[in-house]
Amino acid sequence: MEEAVLNVPLEKEEYIINMGPQHPSTHGVLRLVVSLRGEMVLNVEPHIGYVHRGIEKMCESLTYSQIIHLTDRMDYLSAHINNEAVCLAVEKALGIEVSDRVKYIRTILSELTRIQSHQLFWATYGMDLGGLTCFFYGLRDRELVMDIFEETCGGRMIVSYNCPGGLMNDIHPNFQKRTKDFIKYFRKTLPEYDRLLTGNVIFQERVKGLGTINRDDAIAWGLTGPVGRASGFSCDIRKHNPYSAYNKVTFKEILYDEGDSFHRYKVRMDEMWESMNIIEQLIDNIPEGPYAEKMKPVIKLPEGEYWQSVETARGELGVFIVSDGNKNPVRVKFRSPNFVNLAPLNILAKGFKIADLVAINGSLDLVIPDIDR
Amino acid sequence: MDNIQLAATAAVLAPGSETVQGKQFVEITVAPEFLVSTATALKQNHETRFDMLVCVTGVDWGKELGTVYHLRSTVFNHMIILKTKVSDRENPELDSLCSLWPAADFHEREVYDLLGMKFRGHPDLRRLFLDSTWGYPLRKDYKDDINILAK
Repeated sequence: MEEAVLNVPLEKEEYIINMGPQHPSTHGVLRLVVSLRGEMVLNVEPHIGYVHRGIEKMCESLTYSQIIHLTDRMDYLSAHINNEAVCLAVEKALGIEVSDRVKYIRTILSELTRIQSHQLFWATYGMDLGGLTCFFYGLRDRELVMDIFEETCGGRMIVSYNCPGGLMNDIHPNFQKRTKDFIKYFRKTLPEYDRLLTGNVIFQERVKGLGTINRDDAIAWGLTGPVGRASGFSCDIRKHNPYSAYNKVTFKEILYDEGDSFHRYKVRMDEMWESMNIIEQLIDNIPEGPYAEKMKPVIKLPEGEYWQSVETARGELGVFIVSDGNKNPVRVKFRSPNFVNLAPLNILAKGFKIADLVAINGSLDLVIPDIDR
Repeated sequence: MDNIQLAATAAVLAPGSETVQGKQFVEITVAPEFLVSTATALKQNHETRFDMLVCVTGVDWGKELGTVYHLRSTVFNHMIILKTKVSDRENPELDSLCSLWPAADFHEREVYDLLGMKFRGHPDLRRLFLDSTWGYPLRKDYKDDINILAK
């Protein structure tokens, strides 16, 4: 049997296939041009720009309150956190301190956003690797978070709940009860995820040791979020440069040293537990206070440059605003985590099989509209 | 290292450049020919250790085109801003920082795509989002006939 395998002549010729832009496992319109010898990946070249909407260009002719609604459309699974980034940058520029109530609510919603994003990651990663059950389980539980968002924010995915100076509305009277019910439920359900997929031998054989990147390379490539932390790079903005109410809570930064696809998956699974811990520390102590500061109808930032980074579900989102003192910014740059995390895909996938490319690409948890912006 | 110490160290590392204490971070403005040497010094100096390139932003300042580099040290958790400006708008060129930080690869391609800034020594400088027939949309003199938002 072994001899038979060895006697198969190796394909000498290289050939190129297109994966995407319409491919179910690229989770959007990402086109990968893959050079292959036989089944082995020699080179992967990402072609992007299929959902490039020119958000940065549009920002230059919009006011700061309007920009917030565009940021939802970048990483639509971290919509709330994207909003928060712009709001924090504007508040920092104007020197506005929001009330503790706003900080607490923002933090709770950010963590709920992180949970639902990781739930969807788990659901689709399982589906990419052939476990369709994961998709149903993941989306079933994500729906509960979406309902909380719908009740309080009005929107489900595209929430636009933040505005400079605070929040659009106060929280719904049911918010605390519903969130606590969800956490109680999800603490029971999350071990089910582990039983179904994490401990599964087929899954582990498939993803362990796949697409490894070490700590130094992760830093050099600027990888952040679960991708960086799986390589042992401590890059959590919530820990290192805390914003909103993150300095009032205790939580653990999940770090692994292996840096392979399995540990990128593990980081996200463990982060869901940490997110639930953070929410539980805050949900009963939301202080009284105004839900928004009084702001001028047209916001003008003082001349200068402002930077704010936040931790989205996928890594560090940086907002860089150049203002000349008018109501429109001169330049807005979004340092999106997915854009940076996509870049080393070539060195991650080199030498693996084409089927493994799907698993590596999935473990980066890319959201394509955030890459293209 | 706090910002005051950082500004002093940066002034030593980048002679001939302008170092100012900005609103949030220390900002170093260097001439294009000293960009690589300054970046190398900031990365390798054992007191600064800027080993992570967070972000590269291309900005059209009106008369000049420029890039803004956000650097972070993962050892000391401090950040610095490195700026450079090119006055030649017809054929702007800068040296690539890909050899120092591989992360610069995609960032520089994006700046090339949207502002037309060329990077010498970049391994694979092609348009990233748009095709080759587009102009450079983030330049202030870009004519944008279909944008109904533009004033």
